[in-house]
Amino acid sequence: MSNNGRMVLSDFINPPPVDQIGIEERVARLNKRSIKKKSKISALKLALSMIDLTTLEGKDSKGKVRQLCNKALHLHDSFPDLPHVAAICVYPPMVPTAVECLSGSNVKVASVATAFPSGMTSLQTKLSEVRRVVRMGADEVDMVISRGAFLRGKYKFVFDEIASVKEACGEAHLKVILETGELNTLDNVRLASDIAIGAGADFIKTSTGKIQPASTQPVALVMMQAIRDHYFKTGKKVGLKAAGGISNAKTAIQYLVLVKETLGVDWLTPDLFRFGASSLANDLLMQILKQTEGVYQSANYFSKD
Amino acid sequence: MKKRLDVLKTYKIYIGGKFPRTESGRYYLLEGKDKKPIANICRGSRKDFRNSVVAARKAFPEWSGRTAYNRGQILYRIAEMLEGRREQFVSELKVQGDSTTKAEKEVNISIDRLIYYAGWTDKYIQIFSSVNPVASPHFNFSVPEPTGVVAVIAPEESGLLGLISVIAPVIAGGNSCVVLASHSKPLCAVSFSEVLHSSDLPGGVVNMLTGIRSELLDNFSTHMDVNAVIYCGDDKKESKRIMENSSLNVKRPHIINTRDWTKEKAQDPYQILDTQEIKTTWHPIGI
Amino acid sequence: MATTEKILDFNSVWEYSPAPESTDHIKLDDKYDLFINGEFVAPKNGKYFRTENPATGKKIAKVAEASKADVDNAVRAARTAYNKYWSKMPAKERSKYIFRIARIMQERSRELSVIESLDGGKPIRESRDIDIPLSAAHFFYYAGWADKLEYAFPGRKTKPLGVAGQIIPWNFPLLMAAWKIAPALATGNTVVLKPAETTPLTAMKLAEIIQEADLPPGVVNIITGAGETGRAIVNHPGLDKIAFTGSTVVGKYIQKTLAGTGKKYSLELGGKAANIIFEEADIDQAVEGIINAIFFNQGHVCCAGSRLLIQEGIADEVVHKLKNRMETLIIGDPLDKKHGYRSYQFESPIKKNKRTCLSRY
Repeated sequence: MSNNGRMVLSDFINPPPVDQIGIEERVARLNKRSIKKKSKISALKLALSMIDLTTLEGKDSKGKVRQLCNKALHLHDSFPDLPHVAAICVYPPMVPTAVECLSGSNVKVASVATAFPSGMTSLQTKLSEVRRVVRMGADEVDMVISRGAFLRGKYKFVFDEIASVKEACGEAHLKVILETGELNTLDNVRLASDIAIGAGADFIKTSTGKIQPASTQPVALVMMQAIRDHYFKTGKKVGLKAAGGISNAKTAIQYLVLVKETLGVDWLTPDLFRFGASSLANDLLMQILKQTEGVYQSANYFSKD
Repeated sequence: MKKRLDVLKTYKIYIGGKFPRTESGRYYLLEGKDKKPIANICRGSRKDFRNSVVAARKAFPEWSGRTAYNRGQILYRIAEMLEGRREQFVSELKVQGDSTTKAEKEVNISIDRLIYYAGWTDKYIQIFSSVNPVASPHFNFSVPEPTGVVAVIAPEESGLLGLISVIAPVIAGGNSCVVLASHSKPLCAVSFSEVLHSSDLPGGVVNMLTGIRSELLDNFSTHMDVNAVIYCGDDKKESKRIMENSSLNVKRPHIINTRDWTKEKAQDPYQILDTQEIKTTWHPIGI
Repeated sequence: MATTEKILDFNSVWEYSPAPESTDHIKLDDKYDLFINGEFVAPKNGKYFRTENPATGKKIAKVAEASKADVDNAVRAARTAYNKYWSKMPAKERSKYIFRIARIMQERSRELSVIESLDGGKPIRESRDIDIPLSAAHFFYYAGWADKLEYAFPGRKTKPLGVAGQIIPWNFPLLMAAWKIAPALATGNTVVLKPAETTPLTAMKLAEIIQEADLPPGVVNIITGAGETGRAIVNHPGLDKIAFTGSTVVGKYIQKTLAGTGKKYSLELGGKAANIIFEEADIDQAVEGIINAIFFNQGHVCCAGSRLLIQEGIADEVVHKLKNRMETLIIGDPLDKKHGYRSYQFESPIKKNKRTCLSRY
């Protein structure tokens, strides 16, 4: 605590150094876990329930969003006992369409905001966009941090921005996108995670999915460690969303192993872990079908969106 | 009259892991002792050379980034592949004028030479490195690193063993290369490219051209993206020209005079060192 | 709850199913004889002993017990092979034999991994990913030195010692055999090797591979047995060198026994290594390091990190994270591909280690 009682950044942002080689080795080791049979099927279904089905393209239209919502609610009707995805993620103008299509269901509506994906606009514009999507009915807001400011060392600025957006969210829950592909080092990923968590994020999220690299396992592991350490310190559980670049079931299950063995089973729920993906859902479905029917599937038998 | 007609082989060049014809479309006729035509050989152009350097440069980071053990295994695999195709090489050497005994001896030694260099990949660094006891608080060490892209003008008189003897140390040390095969004995070079191609050697690590030395000498030695040039031959005018051209971007020129490649002293780890750069690092130590 | 007390729940949800490695592609005989002079021969006194799968207690095969007379035969065979073939062979031909062994080991790696896990209880992930690939790599590496020895020792000319007697332990059965045999052969010696009596099988498979590689008979001899056989080897006058890896106690016995005999020896004995963590370390990765140091191969490694020294200011945090990390360790059938740590029929050494490590806290 600083002397006049107000908490400042340095009071609780003191990230430890990150050993990159160690992280990569830990990931490589955990990737060798052989997940088979019953545990594989339950992992596939768990992963499906954690997907934020996403469409974030300049050419999105109401029709596209309607179709995506339909997919969210009817993943593969001929196969019973499938969970539904966690949420749909869209650009702000598409929020009303998504809200309408998903009303009455348990699938959440997440909207990107704050000049996604670049974040290159004034704070005022960002906050008004956030308020607007919340008014339109978004349950969740995915914001981007100001990476330029972060890389220049303006940590207080980054922190304050997140805190303001959190305030503007009101009841909606906030995911903070770190855009780890632009942060370069795992030390930066850890620091950005700590800042976002300290400023009030409900979820921290790896990427916008618009640049390479998007989510990687070493990055996700570092973020999990930040979340775990925060839980040890305060008892508060923050969630993690891994977005971009997770297109097959095998990778998704590897992420689940990372979660299980770093954070424990409390985090194996869509309330605390999400995949931001579009093509992953079909691969999971094909794998589930193969496990139960015993034959390899063809992508032609599943809807694209 | 034979009942079955042979299918004649088209001798192409090898660039970036593929077998294109020369972009120039030109050729020269390889003739046997009795002036009997053997094959039309690609007359490689400066553009072929230019494309080869691009391929070699592209392949270099990955090849030099492989573990030394992996490079050793690949060189061993090349030996395995060559052993499996010995008859083809013996017959090509005979067509080019060697006796059966000489041809078989040359193939045997070629295979063993590849194995020799396969065994060096993870050892030459140890014998050519040092930790240096400097008189300041530094941990000081010197290690060899591959120089990059090497242009090689292969021996004229030895179409297989000489070729392999100059290529193997270059790639064992992690470099990629562009090679001009012997003008009078080019057949084995092209077939050897096929051996390389089936050996897990990444495309672009060795690029093999055929053609006329005098046409390509300047290209091989002036290209600014080539780090070293190896010239096999005795022509003093040519070697002088190579050395002058090398000064443009300070390439390392190596002149190898004609020698008996069958002798054991024709192989040694210093030939690997020829295409290595020694990097010395001063690392501060102490509080 | 104080932060140093919270232990995360890693196990109550999504339990991993068994992922057993199949054993039906391996070839194991009921009985293994002594590999002497290129052939498998019965032990002179007709005695065999059983080797078991330590995870289940079930017998896998019976293995010959070499008597003093068998040891004598093996040493003679090695000496003859040295005089007749190995010392006369050009170095590059020697190297090609050793390369062959490496390549065949790579071809048969899956089978070797499974047998290693069955015989010694080592988790399949370790034998498959570490022990067997490294064993092949060692043969490959030393093969390359055979014809390059003039560069290995500046200013010295090398020559082989002759015949080496080699005794290896049970913690890395095949890898230890590779570490002993490959350099000895590469430098021109012939060998008589005794694997540990509890883990003889991969050495016998190596003998089969050596046959397949057509190595001249007697260059490598592999004889099985326990303490008596080992003593017979150490005391045999016909050997030029004894190479031993094992306990410090036995090492001292060997050193004493060989005194004044003129025999050379190398002794690789026990250790008590320390993990040292300073406060600027990345604690999560330091914890990974500790786990690997003490639990890799169940700690049965000469350089295992069995002591833990922590700078005082971070001691609580390290121990807390270590406790959490240890909760994720999975114990079970060594042939289950998901397991990092082997099980025994009897008390789990993991629990024992936990109590010992953390008794201060």
